[in-house]
Amino acid sequence: MSSAAVIMLTGALVGASCALVGSFLVLRRMAMLGDAISHAVLPGIVVVFWLTGERSAPLMVLGAGAVGLLTVFLVELINRSGRVREDAAIGLVFPALFSIGVIAVSRFPATVHLDVEHVLYGEIAYTPLDRLTLFGTDIGYRSLWLLGTMTLVNLLLVGVFYKELKLATFDPGLAAAVGLAPAAVHYGLMAAVSATTVVAFDSVGAILVVALLIVPPATAYLLTDRLPLMIGLAVACGAGSAVGGFWLARWLDGSIAGAMAVCAGMLFGLAFLAGPRHGVLARLVRLRRLRLEFALNLLVSHLEGNHGSAEIPALRRRFTWNAATARRVVGAALRDGLVRRSDDDCLTLTALGRSAAQAVPVP
Amino acid sequence: MVTPLVLAPLAALVAVPPALLGLEWDYTLRNVVLGSAIIGAVGGVFGTFATLRRQSLLGDALAHAALPGVCLAYLLTGAKTSLALLLGAAASGLVGTLVLLAITRQSRVKEDAALGVVLSVFFGGGILLLTRIQHTGQAAQSGLNQFLFGQAATLLAADVRLMAILGTITVAILWLLFKEFKLLAFDPDFAASLGFAPTPMAILLTSLIVVAVVIGLQTVGVVLMVAMLIAPPTAARQWTDRLSMMTLLAAAFGAIAGVGGAVLSSEVARLPTGPTAVLLATLLAAVSILAAPRRGIIWSAVGDRRRRSRLAAEGVLRDLAGAGDGRGGITVRELAARRGQAPAAVGRALRRLARAGWAAPAAAMADGWRLTAAGADAAALALHRERLWKLYLARQMDLPLEAVHHGADEIERVLTPRVLAALETELATEPGFAGPVPVGAGGQR
Repeated sequence: MSSAAVIMLTGALVGASCALVGSFLVLRRMAMLGDAISHAVLPGIVVVFWLTGERSAPLMVLGAGAVGLLTVFLVELINRSGRVREDAAIGLVFPALFSIGVIAVSRFPATVHLDVEHVLYGEIAYTPLDRLTLFGTDIGYRSLWLLGTMTLVNLLLVGVFYKELKLATFDPGLAAAVGLAPAAVHYGLMAAVSATTVVAFDSVGAILVVALLIVPPATAYLLTDRLPLMIGLAVACGAGSAVGGFWLARWLDGSIAGAMAVCAGMLFGLAFLAGPRHGVLARLVRLRRLRLEFALNLLVSHLEGNHGSAEIPALRRRFTWNAATARRVVGAALRDGLVRRSDDDCLTLTALGRSAAQAVPVP
Repeated sequence: MVTPLVLAPLAALVAVPPALLGLEWDYTLRNVVLGSAIIGAVGGVFGTFATLRRQSLLGDALAHAALPGVCLAYLLTGAKTSLALLLGAAASGLVGTLVLLAITRQSRVKEDAALGVVLSVFFGGGILLLTRIQHTGQAAQSGLNQFLFGQAATLLAADVRLMAILGTITVAILWLLFKEFKLLAFDPDFAASLGFAPTPMAILLTSLIVVAVVIGLQTVGVVLMVAMLIAPPTAARQWTDRLSMMTLLAAAFGAIAGVGGAVLSSEVARLPTGPTAVLLATLLAAVSILAAPRRGIIWSAVGDRRRRSRLAAEGVLRDLAGAGDGRGGITVRELAARRGQAPAAVGRALRRLARAGWAAPAAAMADGWRLTAAGADAAALALHRERLWKLYLARQMDLPLEAVHHGADEIERVLTPRVLAALETELATEPGFAGPVPVGAGGQR
């Protein structure tokens, strides 16, 4: 495999595994908790490096996962003390833990093969150099094994606990009533987020994990109302941002992880503007159509109450339409056969228009 | 009152600790100390309003969003002048805020996800630009790295002067509009009804927060700046209920954390400034949450213990009054059975009553206790107070009389004398409470 392909595949797997758990973070309105976890796992990673002196993936996942859960626990503890609000509690916990991690990285660079740049945006460009050996035989790229496993685990978790996750997300009260402990689902999800963050950390660093946890699911959330479709779209957006980011970074000669975040942002922007139903443009079009429909209803009702006909200048004065609006409304009414133009300036209701007027809902 | 003059005494104040530590007061140290004091103080002041308006994490998004602005300003001007970089930071921070506003207003994406989107995408763009600048190998690129985690030691006198000017202007604006911002923070609807336009006010406040964030970028960095907006006000909140006092305290806490972080990082090798300052600020917040008088966790735990112990003693006192008559006393075991409590707990309550002179060991009975004359009066008073409470809750809160069970302590401290007098008259005519208080009726009322 060429190194470009390895990097793109690694990025795509990061995007996919993050999108799987990130979708539930976004739906549960806990995006910033995901942000907090992704920062806070740093001291866990550093401590495991420090203690073992190597990149032991299972230990790292355990250590950093523990710190991730500690973050959630601390935020809840501070929040429940009643002295600090939840957003402030998040903002109190994760900078402190992240600071401990950064100081540890800066203080012990010899024992820990990390540096501040690595922490911030990872080393995805070096993944083709890092191969995994098992029992003395080279079995392939380390990043692909790690992220492939993580993606599979997340896929299995979402698949097996789909019903629980869905219910606990959309109706925690009902979930508790039918005996699915929502707290267990919550902490389980947070554990999965922590583990994913740790595994993705090497590739994209602590902060840009957030981009892949939150931005693709938020994009998918703009595109659909169905949960399975949303998860699928989020995975596709995440993987697509990774591939796009690779080429953007190559073009601009910059960080691949940063470019991945930018690509994810561009996809979000596209969905925000042009998404069906929830996009800004779609809503503008819908609004315009509603306005026209309302104006047509006004027109036919008024004509019916006015012996079936009226002059256009009078109508414009009556409804304070400007020239463009009047042209649009009259044009639409003529096209739909609701009125006919009896002479230059006068509109007369047709039979169709009369029945339309009678169908106008009266408030 | 928050005055712009706050900065001057603060600067004088922060000059003392380094002197005590025996550090030489040289050019670098002066810049470091003054610069960090300014960012800590300004961050604390505006963080106070951000946290009160539940916009704590807005600062996080703003700070991250400033990074691409710094890089773009560098790419465009080609020089590392503070003013250009800070202007770039402020501009892209404001753009980030507007994008955030557009996302939450114009789409179904909720605020938390919108914050995450703005924060990570802007930061990613910043990293992309930063690495591009580094790869082109320009000599001055090392100066941009400090915007990530901050490096107070590189502050120049001109930087500090700029920070002081910006800080003074923003704090002065806040001081002039303190009353209006206070209203906005606590009751925006009321502010609107008085004719203040909440949206322009909110935009102005957010812009001031942007400036505060930008001031801190060189010292604390974009990644951790949010802590300087949240931790000092959180610490300050625990010590006072007054906004003006909270603002001042937050400024002081922020300045202490900033100076501590800057001095430590300049004295200890390989200790980054931003994270150190953040840890100090968090430490201040943690200590305040635990140990501040009245609001602190330790304080209220002690208070809870005292209240529980006093309530237990009061309960035992009334049982003693009700059951100890006729036989000259009641045993601890009987009392415990009657109250459904452990004998040890009842024993503790009895000893407390004995110390107050309200109960005494019964002479005729092994392990028995009796009420003293003063104790009888106290029991009567307690019952009377409970009746007043019940009546008050029933009349004023519309609770059914039977549903009210409340400890009768401290009614005089909670209710005003006027209300209390009215209750006394009403109690006299309330059929459910007719008749004298059963025990020690001649006692103090």
